[in-house]
Amino acid sequence: MLDRFQCAAFGYFLDHVDQRTGLVADTSRPGSPASIAVVGFALSCYPVGVERGWMERADAVARTLATLRFFCDSPQSDAVDATGFKGFYYHFLDMETGRRAWKSELSLIDTTLLLAGVLTAQSYFDRDTPDEIEIRDCAGAIYHRIDWQWAQGKGTTARHGWKPESGFLHYGWEGYSEATLLYVLGLGSPSYPLPADSFGAWTATYQWENIYDVEYLYAGPLFVHHFSQAWIDFRGIRDDFMREKDSDYFENTRRAILVQRDYAQRNPHEFKGYGQDCWGFSANDGPGRRVMSLAGGRRHTFGYAARGVPFGPDDGTLSPSAILASLPFAPRMSLSAIRHLCRHYPNLMRDWRLPSGFNPTLAGDGPAGWISEGYFGLDQGIVVLMIENYRSGLIWRLMRGCGAVASGLRRAGFTGGWLS
Amino acid sequence: MSKPVFSREERAVAANAHPPGWRNPKAAGRYDLVVIGAGPGGATAAREAAALGARVALIERDRVGGHCLNDGCVSSKALIRTARFYAEMRDAEILGGQVQGDHPIDFAAIMARMKRVQMRLSGAYSAQRLSEAGIDLYFGAAAFCGSDTVSVAGEVLRFSKALIATGARVMTPAIPGLAEAGYLTNQTIFNLTECPRRLLVVGGGPLGCELAQAFCRFGAHVIIAQDNPTFLPKEERDAAQILSDSMAHDGVEIHLNTEVVAVRVEGGRKCVDLVSEDDRFSVLVDDIAVGAGRMANVEGLNLEAAGVEYEAGTGVRVDDFLRTSNPRIFAAGDVCLEHKFTHAAEASARLALGNALFLGHQRLSALVIPWCTYTDPEIAHVGVYVQEAREQAIPVRTFTILMHDVDRAVTDGEDAGFVKIHVRAGSDQILGATIVARHAGEMINGLSLAITSGIGLEALARVIHTYPTQAEAIKLAAEAYQRSRLTPRLKAIAARWLAR
Repeated sequence: MLDRFQCAAFGYFLDHVDQRTGLVADTSRPGSPASIAVVGFALSCYPVGVERGWMERADAVARTLATLRFFCDSPQSDAVDATGFKGFYYHFLDMETGRRAWKSELSLIDTTLLLAGVLTAQSYFDRDTPDEIEIRDCAGAIYHRIDWQWAQGKGTTARHGWKPESGFLHYGWEGYSEATLLYVLGLGSPSYPLPADSFGAWTATYQWENIYDVEYLYAGPLFVHHFSQAWIDFRGIRDDFMREKDSDYFENTRRAILVQRDYAQRNPHEFKGYGQDCWGFSANDGPGRRVMSLAGGRRHTFGYAARGVPFGPDDGTLSPSAILASLPFAPRMSLSAIRHLCRHYPNLMRDWRLPSGFNPTLAGDGPAGWISEGYFGLDQGIVVLMIENYRSGLIWRLMRGCGAVASGLRRAGFTGGWLS
Repeated sequence: MSKPVFSREERAVAANAHPPGWRNPKAAGRYDLVVIGAGPGGATAAREAAALGARVALIERDRVGGHCLNDGCVSSKALIRTARFYAEMRDAEILGGQVQGDHPIDFAAIMARMKRVQMRLSGAYSAQRLSEAGIDLYFGAAAFCGSDTVSVAGEVLRFSKALIATGARVMTPAIPGLAEAGYLTNQTIFNLTECPRRLLVVGGGPLGCELAQAFCRFGAHVIIAQDNPTFLPKEERDAAQILSDSMAHDGVEIHLNTEVVAVRVEGGRKCVDLVSEDDRFSVLVDDIAVGAGRMANVEGLNLEAAGVEYEAGTGVRVDDFLRTSNPRIFAAGDVCLEHKFTHAAEASARLALGNALFLGHQRLSALVIPWCTYTDPEIAHVGVYVQEAREQAIPVRTFTILMHDVDRAVTDGEDAGFVKIHVRAGSDQILGATIVARHAGEMINGLSLAITSGIGLEALARVIHTYPTQAEAIKLAAEAYQRSRLTPRLKAIAARWLAR
């Protein structure tokens, strides 16, 4: 079953890629631009494809090299239609031209996810062939060019992003989030590293909470607990915060999954489907702005949103990929839940590929109710990587061998485990 | 300046707050205490000083009762109660109820009730009552003449000690065209005679949110525009999230990270230009309410003559004992505090009074000041936030109870929200708490008492709470703390004991 889910998700990156540039569409919907984060997932999936026998190594090399050449050579400037600036890249790029799309922001977190893929490729393609040497050189050049210090915008912590029209976005990183990976790669930079105290300044905004008798570092949506850990093996390594709490980020994700399950069992808004084996609150597509009349009153639904528990937002929409991505942390809960989905919502998946979201409370063509159209690259990428980490630990192993990652973790104050 | 007076209720309020034909007393000799400003802080200090036998003068520029009674908390809470009633009718089916047909809004009746409430409460704070308490009440603008003298309405009062309690007023943002187009403030919005069809609230602070939700529930299409990218940035993110959901449910349109850049009048309506990053758009509204921050009232006091340091905006500079740069003169309330609340004004006035007249050494920093935003649900807070504690290197554990786990909240259909209690790690000492609940403002008082009295979570767990009540959430949090102390070792010891 897992092999089918993983292979189907992997297929997304073959179906929706521009082979000239390596750019991968954000979603399978017509007209979708490329997302640099999805490209990061694609670069990390190719080694999985090779190891699982779904792709020849030469094919993976060709795709990876095309991608890295594009990101090395594409225009970097403060022009409104450049591909990137200061080594960072715009969140969305035009699939045809590779230029900034949708007036999107120069995104720190999406560049981070791209860079994670770049470094995965650098670690995996280790042979002394001209192409694999070039892959490693390009990866180094891309990382070297990123000016993390500029991205602080004269503040203590990293900013969210920047726009040529209006400068740095006003948002900051507050509370536990997927930015752990951002800080690790920023701190490990060989050229413009973030200062060591930036990580502490960010973790000062953490909230350690006891919710439903589970003590953990709180973040509502599951993707926050997953994304950094798609690449970094946090088992047994601890920063100052986790030392103080006698826990680690891996264990923390397991506890977050427990809270998700407990919330779904409580189901305070009385949505359909929720239960011990039906949870998965994360960032995903939703039905858009609609009003549902429930026994407990009217509820509004949302479009694409970061859904979280127990504080919300919760509109009855669940993310099946968040369940599969929980596999390494809570295999029993995850497998039980995914079997439940297969049994009770057979119309949810097509050829084993999972949609971004479904809402059994809203009427649809089958028991799954409303189902998101098409597929989202981020969902497919996290499924491939987390199933692989559960099955073989390949991605974690590759990144443990990446000097910048180890260096970034140490500068953030992580010790113990495989860092010893 | 006094507001124009229309109704019987307004005339009665005005008569209590500033009786027509009032004659100021004749100043004679030195006062033990001269208080400037007869709002909640100033009136409290004057009454308590007089009760203790001090010779007290109280100077008021406009109306006794201050912002809270005349155009603040009292007015807004009266409106909020009616707005909540309409929301309950709208959501009657949650409780299995039915409301037949439309339930039209009689805005005039709503405002009339608000005025009656004002009238009823104004009696307790009336000029006559203050005078009967033995206070020499002067109406007029106060201005210091020297380090121990102040003038009012042609009289010069000498004092041993003085207390500045002149409060604060709404800060008007410098938006081109706003003044010409006209706008509402927390003073003028309560004089509306018709509910605006479309209302823009500039600034999403607590007062802005309260008014936005209330007017939305009266049928107005309400838009909030605030330049800060996060909703209620001073509150915990989860609290802001829940309120944001609730306001969206009501229909309030919230634009974060959005600056109002210009206002102009088009066809009798106000056209407001907004900018969010690189997006520029306009909205047409009937009225604009300004609720973006408050600034201290220091103008005209001639503080320089008394050697009192101040800054325009933030107000009079005080030390931790509320003493100004002139050791004879103290300050209290909105004119000098960051927390601009009625209860903070009263508490700080008592503290300043003790320090000024009775050689007290009470510190402002030792006060435990709770506060509440009276939206639906309410957001109440006391003590430190987690981030503040972590910045001081204090390790914190937070015990959270969701209101959907509280029986009475579920039976009442009021299960949105939570109680979070922050304790110092390794102890049961309560450092702070945030409550989001229908009645959070009532519930937070138990935790303020606990913090003030040094009662920890372990003791709270032993307090028998009536069942079922929403405040039981506090006990549930205390019980969660107790359960968290059951380490595997303790459980093993208990198991061995039971198996002996």
